[in-house]
Amino acid sequence: MDYAAVVLLEIIYMIAFLVLTSAGLAVVFGMMRVINLAHGEFVMVGGYTTIACAKADINIYFAMLVISPLVVGILGLLVERLVVRQLYGRMIDTMLATWGLSLLIVGIVTFIFGNTAVSVPAPIPGYELGDFQMGGYNLFIIGIATLLILCMWLVMRFTRLGLIARGAMQSADVASSLGYDPKRVYMWTFTVGAALSGLAGGVLAPLTGLLPSSGGAYIAKAFITVITGGAAVITGTLSSSVIFGTINQVVSFGSTPVIGEIAMLAFAVVLLRLMPQGITGRFFRNAP
Amino acid sequence: MIGDAAKFSSAGRTHWGWIITVFILLLLLPAFFDTNTPTLLGIWALFALSLGLMWGYAGILSFGHAAYFGLGAYTYAITSMNLGESTAAWMLAILLPAFVAALIGAMMFYGRISDVYMGVITLVFSLILAKFMGATAGDAYSIGNARLGGFNGIPAFPILNVPGDPSTPIFGVPFYYLVVCCLVFCYLISRWVLSSAFGRILLGIRENEARIELLGYNAPAYKTAIFSLSAAMAGMAGCLFASWAEIVTPALFGLGQSVEVIIWVIAGGLGTLMGPVIGAVLLGTMKLLLGGQTFIDNSLVIGAILVLVVLLLPRGLLPSILGWRRQQDQRSVSRARSNSLRRRGGERRQQRPAAAQDKTGHGS
Repeated sequence: MDYAAVVLLEIIYMIAFLVLTSAGLAVVFGMMRVINLAHGEFVMVGGYTTIACAKADINIYFAMLVISPLVVGILGLLVERLVVRQLYGRMIDTMLATWGLSLLIVGIVTFIFGNTAVSVPAPIPGYELGDFQMGGYNLFIIGIATLLILCMWLVMRFTRLGLIARGAMQSADVASSLGYDPKRVYMWTFTVGAALSGLAGGVLAPLTGLLPSSGGAYIAKAFITVITGGAAVITGTLSSSVIFGTINQVVSFGSTPVIGEIAMLAFAVVLLRLMPQGITGRFFRNAP
Repeated sequence: MIGDAAKFSSAGRTHWGWIITVFILLLLLPAFFDTNTPTLLGIWALFALSLGLMWGYAGILSFGHAAYFGLGAYTYAITSMNLGESTAAWMLAILLPAFVAALIGAMMFYGRISDVYMGVITLVFSLILAKFMGATAGDAYSIGNARLGGFNGIPAFPILNVPGDPSTPIFGVPFYYLVVCCLVFCYLISRWVLSSAFGRILLGIRENEARIELLGYNAPAYKTAIFSLSAAMAGMAGCLFASWAEIVTPALFGLGQSVEVIIWVIAGGLGTLMGPVIGAVLLGTMKLLLGGQTFIDNSLVIGAILVLVVLLLPRGLLPSILGWRRQQDQRSVSRARSNSLRRRGGERRQQRPAAAQDKTGHGS
């Protein structure tokens, strides 16, 4: 019984992890059809920001929930202005340029912080569930991910901002003829997406130590989650997170974590072959 | 329309003078330099050529081309360890990546998967291989008497030997010559493929796949074939690399390797065969030089180059230089013509700007 609860919690945690790490990428991809391959590095920079703040005796919750998103949001704004804006409509070029950018950011962070792991202890102690020792911080991550999805849905569904965003997503031309400059919409979308990546980085930082190359660990999973999800930002991300999180953890419990990850990646390939437009290209077509 | 004609004929144009000159220079090189580094550069150039052929001419971009490079290297290492002889291993190291690529290519192309999704699948495939090879530590994972060795990879397998004579290994200067011959051979094969009817249809697919299909060609079959050929070349490069490094590790499959070869190709010039080779040699040399010092990280420079090339020089080095020269030629021709027209009092014809002729290239 306890064991079942542990497995269930681990599955939910993995889903939350995928939702958190891919939300930023999903917003940018869903609205702008831009794949930001520097996304993993945005997450990494968010993590470094939180750790640096925690070392400077700033409240860690304030650091991860406010400072990290802010710093990475500004970074995203700069990237959009300097690079991504030049390449709208050229999808492959954007991917290449942001891939170059990811290497550049890794290089800069290595230059500043050195190529050694940094970490900060989790602010929430573990607890015992029957015979098992569980990480209490995982629950916090699950909570944040739930809150994030809820907020995104509320903003998209009920606010004027969400209406403009959805309009620009469906037809950029019509939105622009109604007086909403798509360039401005794109700029803020990219900034918000980056801020979400920063949030993910900050929240996940206490779990694992960070290296300048840590971004690579996030990008592959986030990439397949978003692409498999398809065009609808929230539903797509959520449904593919549920599928991949479950597969990853179930196979991991049956074998090793590496095999679990391989199973997840292999399943993604099969899924893309069957549904080339992603999950939301086939099901839940009109969902936000 | 002049531009279009030039674009298509350029696939078949071969500068024999240049090729022979460079070939002779490469043959003379061991007299002046140590061959260890040039050998590695030659192997990288071959790897870049394999991607340049597929990406530049058929418009298929693989985000995980390192998968086939690594597959070639691992196949060679495992087979040569089991047989103690390299000829069969060499052939298998070319055939296996080609076969695997044909399977994956057929799955993608017959499934009509679009650019981005193709990017994901190729990337994910290389990641699967990298993760799997990284997790193969221990005795449970061995093929014949070759232990896969997890992150540490496979050391101490026999290097390439003269076919049929396992006691005569090829290393040093002869190995350098072997690499040069492989590179030139693959270059000529690529030229030949591109000048054939098959190559012209590939160009057509790159420009407009729907039109080629309406003309009755089976586009997925052509794309699968070029994907497989490109993987065979990458496998050959991987096999040579294994013999050069005398160790294979999961890093061969890694993202770093894949992105590096993409940068070589795009910086050198997409849509040319010499461009990727030049890109690999120049950027490879730079990487080796940067590796010798610790002040600036290699990835910082490589990343900056990729961003700048995509933004400022989207066609790459070689086509930009050639295009600039062609523009100069055309300008002088048009000046001469307009002068003569003016003398005769004729009307000047509007010149089509040469720069506008090819916006094509990557992706689509």
